[in-house]
Amino acid sequence: MKRLLRGRLGPAAGFTLGAVLLLGVAPAVLPAFNLGLLGKFLCFAIVAVGIGLAWGRGGMLTLGQGVFFGLGAYIMAMHMKLADASLFGGSGVPDFMSLYGSGEVPGWWEPFRSPAVTLLAVVLVPGLVALVLGLAIFKRRVKGAYFAILSQALAAAFAVFLIGQQATTGGSNGLNGFRSFFGFDLKDPNNKLMLYMIAAVVLLVSVAIARQLMHSRFGELLVAVRDQEERVRFLGYDPATVKTVIYVVAAVLAGVAGALFVPLVGIISPADVGVIPSIAFLIGVAIGGRATLLGPVLGAVSVAAAQSSLSSTFPSFWVYFQGLLFVLVIGFMPGGLASLPSLLGRWRRTLPAASTPGAPWTAASTPAATSTNAPGPNVEVKASKPEAVSR
Amino acid sequence: MELLIGQMFAGLSLGSVLLLAALGLSLTFGQMGVINMAHGEFMMAGAYTAFVVQQAISDAGVSLLVSIPAGFLVGGVLGLVLEEVLLRRMYHRPLDTLLVTFGVALILQQAARDIFGAPSVDVRTPAWLQGNIELLGAPIPLTRLFILGLSLLCLAGLVLLLKATPLGRRIRAVVLNRDLAETSGVSTRRSDQLTFFIGSGLAGIAGVAVTLIGSTSPYLGTNYIVDAFLVVVAGGIGQIKGAVIAAFALGVLQSAFEYSTTASIGKVLILIVIVVFLQLRPQGIFSLKTRSLA
Repeated sequence: MKRLLRGRLGPAAGFTLGAVLLLGVAPAVLPAFNLGLLGKFLCFAIVAVGIGLAWGRGGMLTLGQGVFFGLGAYIMAMHMKLADASLFGGSGVPDFMSLYGSGEVPGWWEPFRSPAVTLLAVVLVPGLVALVLGLAIFKRRVKGAYFAILSQALAAAFAVFLIGQQATTGGSNGLNGFRSFFGFDLKDPNNKLMLYMIAAVVLLVSVAIARQLMHSRFGELLVAVRDQEERVRFLGYDPATVKTVIYVVAAVLAGVAGALFVPLVGIISPADVGVIPSIAFLIGVAIGGRATLLGPVLGAVSVAAAQSSLSSTFPSFWVYFQGLLFVLVIGFMPGGLASLPSLLGRWRRTLPAASTPGAPWTAASTPAATSTNAPGPNVEVKASKPEAVSR
Repeated sequence: MELLIGQMFAGLSLGSVLLLAALGLSLTFGQMGVINMAHGEFMMAGAYTAFVVQQAISDAGVSLLVSIPAGFLVGGVLGLVLEEVLLRRMYHRPLDTLLVTFGVALILQQAARDIFGAPSVDVRTPAWLQGNIELLGAPIPLTRLFILGLSLLCLAGLVLLLKATPLGRRIRAVVLNRDLAETSGVSTRRSDQLTFFIGSGLAGIAGVAVTLIGSTSPYLGTNYIVDAFLVVVAGGIGQIKGAVIAAFALGVLQSAFEYSTTASIGKVLILIVIVVFLQLRPQGIFSLKTRSLA
């Protein structure tokens, strides 16, 4: 397991195992309903891959991934609404518009009638928004904490905007009641299976891309920017470019995940894209190990699975549990479960604390003297209390 | 003319609420680099304190005057506990404090739901704060005027404390240079605790104040926290005067945007204004002049 998470020796083995499980075993053994749920978790895992790159490797605490997820999802949902209206209703006007609005399709919906434009926009729109915001913030060397707060404010503003535009975005109900997906009937079990397969393949491709990025020179530079931004600047690189690129990659991954989420789950509403869901994306990444390759994926899937099984039965308990997870994992185990072996090793004082390439948490580095915006991972992992670990 | 006065006052009033919410945040963020997402929930705790006090004291006027110090204490004690149990272990990881305190915020929100129920509760307004006064023909609600006064009073108190007391000198020394303050014999540990107590207490007072203009629900904090953070970002970290200017500027801008467009578009416009402003001054309106690269 340790080897698997470290992303050096075991990634190929882990990746193959994951591919076999996702593409072969899961469709064969899971009932249709659970397969759909798993597909939804895989969407969250795709977002988590991007967060792992931006936050775990790049040290950028992005609290606005819900915005990019939402952009991708709403673009896809708008296309599906328009397609449904033309296929079944014939009028070409989505049902809710006749209910709340003027019964006219607003101009900014029109481009999404075309499937090609939609597929392009799913990738381009989140990417462009991230590019503009990233350049605006990183080029002017706005502090890391400011970036986190601004990305959060973006998520808040996006949710408020969606709720306020009842007539054109469905307001707080969001968009739902889809019947077809690019001409395929959504009720057909074969098409559901196809959607799940698409999600699984996209996740595997994103992990492969993330691995290539991590082990490229660019990936080395990214980690260097996280740990010693000024030093990288003095070496002649522009940290802003590095950060912006990875922020755009993370945004595109989130947008694609959102676009897959809509046909799989059948609804997108502001409740899935605001401040709290945006931060909730992070906890899975943190649990799995934010700087590892497969940690974010495993963490995101397990948190989503736990949430879907617990939150309906014990809603109150689930929120407490989620809060505790944030406090315990981020507070006492910043490397996530991936750092557990080395943490236990330190605690027992039996294993030498080797610094693993995949987990920078264990590499002791000197915190910058002015720690007001020292990048997050400048950490010496203190031997945490055993009860905090075992809980 | 009346419309202009009314609009200006609406902006000032919104600004004063933002200022109350952001004062404590600016203090804790500035001194320790801790990004306290639970600040909004401390406000909520202050608001529920006002509700509980009113259950005990039926006279709305007396209970309001009792609630203000009580809210300060409740917020302050919550802040002290948070600092003592969690944050003091995390000063070298400022960004992670945001996520840890977010976890605390979730727990506090759920606790409020379990104790007081999810539906919102109302705190009665005292008789002497009901109604309006006329200012150049424009009606000004007395509650809003009271909040404006309260926020200016808190501001004055905080500035006096920082400028004129030994405690304030120590706090300012820690903000400027933590290591040097420590080597000069200032107990940064105690100064941190006090700062957190005062900052969180101010959140409690802000919570009491907002019961006058709206109902109290477990989600009260989430409505204010993002705006309060934006005020701190635009004003400059740890700069009280920056926070004051930013709060009133954002308040006036936001009510102007909301008046001319809609509330939802206004929110987006405010964010764009702040991002553009940070292009001109990445450190906020005021920033500490240091030679550090950070």
